[in-house]
Amino acid sequence: MAKSIVEEFTKGLWNEVPPFRLVLGLCPTLAVTKTVENGVGMGIATTFVLVCSNVLISLLRNVIPKQVRIACYIVVIATFVTVVELLMQAFAYPLFLKLGIFIPLIVVNCIVLGRAEAFASKNGAAASLADGLGIGIGFTLSLTALSIFREVLGSGTFTVPITSTAYPVFGPAFQPFSFLVEAPGAFVCLGLMLCVMNMLGKK
Amino acid sequence: MRDMLKLLITIAVFSSFSGGLLAAIQSGTKERIEYQQLKFVKGPTLQRIMEGCSNDPLVDRFKLTDGKVERSFFVGVFDGEPNTVALETFGKGYGGEIGVIVAINMEKDEIVGIGVTTHSETPGVGARAKDDPSFAAQFMGMSVKEPFKVKADGGKIDAVTGATISSRGVCGALVDAAEVYMRLKTDIVGKVKAFKT
Repeated sequence: MAKSIVEEFTKGLWNEVPPFRLVLGLCPTLAVTKTVENGVGMGIATTFVLVCSNVLISLLRNVIPKQVRIACYIVVIATFVTVVELLMQAFAYPLFLKLGIFIPLIVVNCIVLGRAEAFASKNGAAASLADGLGIGIGFTLSLTALSIFREVLGSGTFTVPITSTAYPVFGPAFQPFSFLVEAPGAFVCLGLMLCVMNMLGKK
Repeated sequence: MRDMLKLLITIAVFSSFSGGLLAAIQSGTKERIEYQQLKFVKGPTLQRIMEGCSNDPLVDRFKLTDGKVERSFFVGVFDGEPNTVALETFGKGYGGEIGVIVAINMEKDEIVGIGVTTHSETPGVGARAKDDPSFAAQFMGMSVKEPFKVKADGGKIDAVTGATISSRGVCGALVDAAEVYMRLKTDIVGKVKAFKT
């Protein structure tokens, strides 16, 4: 474990990018990436929870008894998720309405608990911060890429985050591949992107 | 035994910290969340029926206790006078409760606008009670003392075609709103005065 902090950060962006390399956290990945706005919003919410819980757990790693560590991690994670839920209701209500149940479900996102158990409980706060930030940003970028692909081809629009106005990408004659915004389309997109990433990684 | 105690205490401390933090954030954001919910759920309807007012009815709101329930009232300022008040009531429709916001002019005790907020009526049939402007327009200018009834029940209101039950639900909500308004009128007038600028 002699990796530098920079390495801990950058590994999350490509080598261990969660939905593609680790194939973790697929539930929100597949469910919310119908529009770019939802994908980015979900990514940012998860990143916030991931960074906060990673830092706190790594600071408390010597205090938490081994036998009840998972319970303690879940309390920490659930607290931050509820914080995100409340803040989102207060400041981004339309996004909260769209993401709905998937915000509370961040509690059981394997990425968050996985990083807590596999990384934060064994490393210092600075490394955990870098790890959380890297994995979180990697997750956000993956969701963004997937949602751009699905939204542009699936409904022919591009929803700009924050302003949430949808711009048509193609002309009015465009017939959207509505299959891509359905649930099976999400699997197909994920598979195709995984395939491209593996091809790029090979050379 | 000592180990067990340690585990218990750790979890208890964790949970109480988390509870305390959440309670603090909850009370800190409560006001804003309430405003956001009003803005996105009731806001569009409220703005439509209060068209032309010079204030933001979502901000100029107050609460009154009516028996056991607490009701929200929204104030509309027209021509520099806070003379309109809106409240939401519910009537029983075909698919569940229909929420209706009713705006009442307090000088003339007249209905000046109604708008359906939430409903689960059949799309294309009962749902037209929300979308059909001519249905809502019938209530304009009616006195709050009039009985709000569809023609089938001996009233004056033309029901939406094929949706007597939904129309009756909207009427029921109006009857409720008028009753609440008349019952609480003195309190309402007293509260509204505070919004005079």
